[in-house]
Amino acid sequence: MFYREAGQFKTSYASDQAVFPILQDRIGVFIILAIAFVVIPLTGNDFIINAVMIPFLVFSLAAIGLNLLTGYTGQLSLGTGAFMGVGAYACYKLTTIYPGVNIIIWVIASGFFAAAVGAVFGLPSLRIKGFYLAIATLAAQFFLEWCFIRIPWLYNYNVSAAIEVPQRELFGIIVTGPRASAETRYYIVLSIVVVMTWMASNLMHGRIGRMWMAVRDMDIAAELMGIRLLPTKLLAFAISSFYCGVSGALMVFLWYGGAESAVFNINQSFTILFMIIIGGLGSLLGSFLGAALIYILPIILRFVPPQLGIPLHAATIEHITFMTIGALIVFFLIAEPAGLARLWQIGKQKLRVWPFPY
Amino acid sequence: MGILYNIFIDPFVQMGQAPDLFVQTLWEGLVGGMLYALIALGFVLIFKASGVFNFAQGIMVVFAALTLVGLHTAGVPAFLALGLTIAVMFALAWTIERVVLRPLVNQPDIILFMATFGITYFLIGFGEFVFGGDPKVMITEALYLPKGSITYKAFGGIVSLQRLDIVAVIVASIMVAVLAVFFSKTRIGRALRAVADSHSAALSVGISLEQIWVIVWFAAGLVALVTGIFWGARSDVSFALEVIALKALPVLILGGFTSIPGAIVGGLIIGIGEKLGEFYWGPLVGSGTDAWFAYVIALVFLLFRPQGLFGEKIIERV
Amino acid sequence: MRAPGGPEVAAGDVLLSVENVSLSFGGVKAVSDVSFDIRKGEIRAIIGPNGAGKTSMLNIINGFYHPQQGRITFQGKTRSKMRPHDAAHGGIARTFQNVALFRGMTALDNIMAGRTLKMNKNLFWQLLRYGPAMAEEVEHRHRVEEIIDFLKIQEIRRTPVGRLPYGLQKRVELGRALAMEPELLLLDEPMAGMNMEEKEDMSRFVLDVNDHYGTTIALIEHDMGVVMDLSDRVVVLDHGIKIADGTPDEVKKNKGVIDAYLGVAH
Repeated sequence: MFYREAGQFKTSYASDQAVFPILQDRIGVFIILAIAFVVIPLTGNDFIINAVMIPFLVFSLAAIGLNLLTGYTGQLSLGTGAFMGVGAYACYKLTTIYPGVNIIIWVIASGFFAAAVGAVFGLPSLRIKGFYLAIATLAAQFFLEWCFIRIPWLYNYNVSAAIEVPQRELFGIIVTGPRASAETRYYIVLSIVVVMTWMASNLMHGRIGRMWMAVRDMDIAAELMGIRLLPTKLLAFAISSFYCGVSGALMVFLWYGGAESAVFNINQSFTILFMIIIGGLGSLLGSFLGAALIYILPIILRFVPPQLGIPLHAATIEHITFMTIGALIVFFLIAEPAGLARLWQIGKQKLRVWPFPY
Repeated sequence: MGILYNIFIDPFVQMGQAPDLFVQTLWEGLVGGMLYALIALGFVLIFKASGVFNFAQGIMVVFAALTLVGLHTAGVPAFLALGLTIAVMFALAWTIERVVLRPLVNQPDIILFMATFGITYFLIGFGEFVFGGDPKVMITEALYLPKGSITYKAFGGIVSLQRLDIVAVIVASIMVAVLAVFFSKTRIGRALRAVADSHSAALSVGISLEQIWVIVWFAAGLVALVTGIFWGARSDVSFALEVIALKALPVLILGGFTSIPGAIVGGLIIGIGEKLGEFYWGPLVGSGTDAWFAYVIALVFLLFRPQGLFGEKIIERV
Repeated sequence: MRAPGGPEVAAGDVLLSVENVSLSFGGVKAVSDVSFDIRKGEIRAIIGPNGAGKTSMLNIINGFYHPQQGRITFQGKTRSKMRPHDAAHGGIARTFQNVALFRGMTALDNIMAGRTLKMNKNLFWQLLRYGPAMAEEVEHRHRVEEIIDFLKIQEIRRTPVGRLPYGLQKRVELGRALAMEPELLLLDEPMAGMNMEEKEDMSRFVLDVNDHYGTTIALIEHDMGVVMDLSDRVVVLDHGIKIADGTPDEVKKNKGVIDAYLGVAH
């Protein structure tokens, strides 16, 4: 009733192939963007922007990256954390060596370093798949993590063995470092995430997206249709790692303000993987929903029980978070393998036929 | 040239000059490898009988050890605690079959694999929730496990073996032998192999999948408990062991997913290889190489021999 | 049976020839010393009892299996070893015995995926989905819509193929192969598991494809009625050996073929 496409006729294939062919969807996207760009900066306090919105966007971008590889191309990776790390360290080295260059350019450029590393570790995907590949990506995870610790050049020989983000300005406004305002950082993260999401969506609706999904669904048939498996998978590894790398650079430069190698450990890889399992494999919307759920769940657990008069120990909250996430993974794999994104679609379908049941 | 000398000559010179140190390192590697092999064994048991790649096996090791120590700390006598832990492992197997495996039967392997990630996280949270997250000490004395070490004068120096390690190697060998006999000689063991070959064929000759799965997960739980006791005795019992437990994965790649001897040999190769590599070659690149050595070996294997040392060749059909 | 004017119309040049091809897996011979050819514009059937090596033969033709012996000449080019995507580049498309669609994609996307080789706009334009990439997308959508109309599957365009009934899946798979605009179309049991009505529909599509697009077709089929009605020439395999080759009428009378089908001991 509120949501229906009846009467919206398409007169050209171009408009039929639009990413959001239905008017209500376009309005919805516009409203979300308006809230993100206008309402939140105007009404949100530093806590909302710093501790909720920026992390949510950073994780969403990493989840999109992994989803391109795992959800769309069907190649399971447990090295996401390390690829994010490559982006962060690359950005740090770039801005150290060339401090004069616009930091945003280096954030994006660091994605290319992550892409190159990702493609190298994607090479085994020619011969192996499934959990064999997952173990191969573990090699990337542990080897790169070791590099982050054992190659002091990467963190400029700091005694702390950590990255310390320097102050950088953009058009006279401080964008990184401790003195950058939350709003500025939020706008930069948001803009990058919006543009990259839009591009990922474009990619998935075109030739390359179809090639990836073909490889995921039936690799033999894809090959017999002329799709070369290795270049296709390597492209997926590269672009996925690009997204993860940019996300890692954003995480360190515009959120943490500094980081050590432990940030990019195996648990980070799992966190991102869980986001896309719960959000929905092969869904960009799912990447956002999953990131929101997994990142915000501990925050809710931290603040809601005390409000209800049940004081919880910090460690207990962490334990409950682990249990809940584990249970949610199993639940979603059983009940709705397409994740939260599918629940959203079902909800839309209900709105479409409301007030009738079907 | 100096680099080549450091890589190819110097380590061997060192080995020759101090053979006692070499033997000591070899022994450490052997014991470590045995423990990897035990975790890998748990994987193989489950994979053989259900085709499920159980990522949670490493966590089950920690969980079993934690339960044992936790019960003992709460005042339960050691051997009663051991019995109760066995019961807990059975309950775990039963619950996993009911809640996770049964609803996911006939799903793609990769879905089941990811479901075991869920089990992993749940067990970490649950174990710490019940028993607390602080590292614990294994109750070796209460279980009458020996301590101290035996020292030999040999190889021009001193080689010292922990008594506990010797017991661990003996127990592990016995357990592997028992499992091998179980698989090849008993009725249930043969049924397990039938299930591994084809689920539907096993059903059609009247083998109950549910029972088989509970049995293998329970067996894997027992293996996990034994592993947990000996591993816990070597270091603290805490979920920080998770990262070490993950090393059983490359062991499996080496040994093949379906081979018990493969798990043992793979475990020993990785265990000994990473100890020797770290001791003699590690300093060249800044140490800490045992964090990734196993995975890189596995990667090389995946590229050139994906079925592992003992696995069967995979033939793809259209 | 099919084209007006008799068999002369179909008797074009040789499009593909298989010479003395042998293939074995370990010790098991799947195909031994088989030779035959496929002429341009004809419908060629490969028949034989179960395990005769028919599907292996198709897998050899499109490069999925590499024969230990023998030569394959396609469009005048002889090759010993070829990867499946090379076959696709050369213009060989196929369908599978057990439908091999991309289950997570819609029928439209499946068929669009069949046009992958014809599309070439680069990553940059793909990321923007604008300009050349969009123009290309629309152009190919036109071609795909023609195929959708031809196969009468308009109403299931947007349905994920995993949810379609079997008969329609087979049709979408045919559409995906047609989208490649192949020189040679290999159909592996296109009518397996269909009822009479669906078989008639599918036969009609096969004939129309041959007529309308002039596509050369090689098909494996078990239903003898269908084979005899559709095909111009038939090659018969049994235990990996060619036992007969000729028009449907000739093959029907062949003693070896009758024995093979009635199960006379060898």
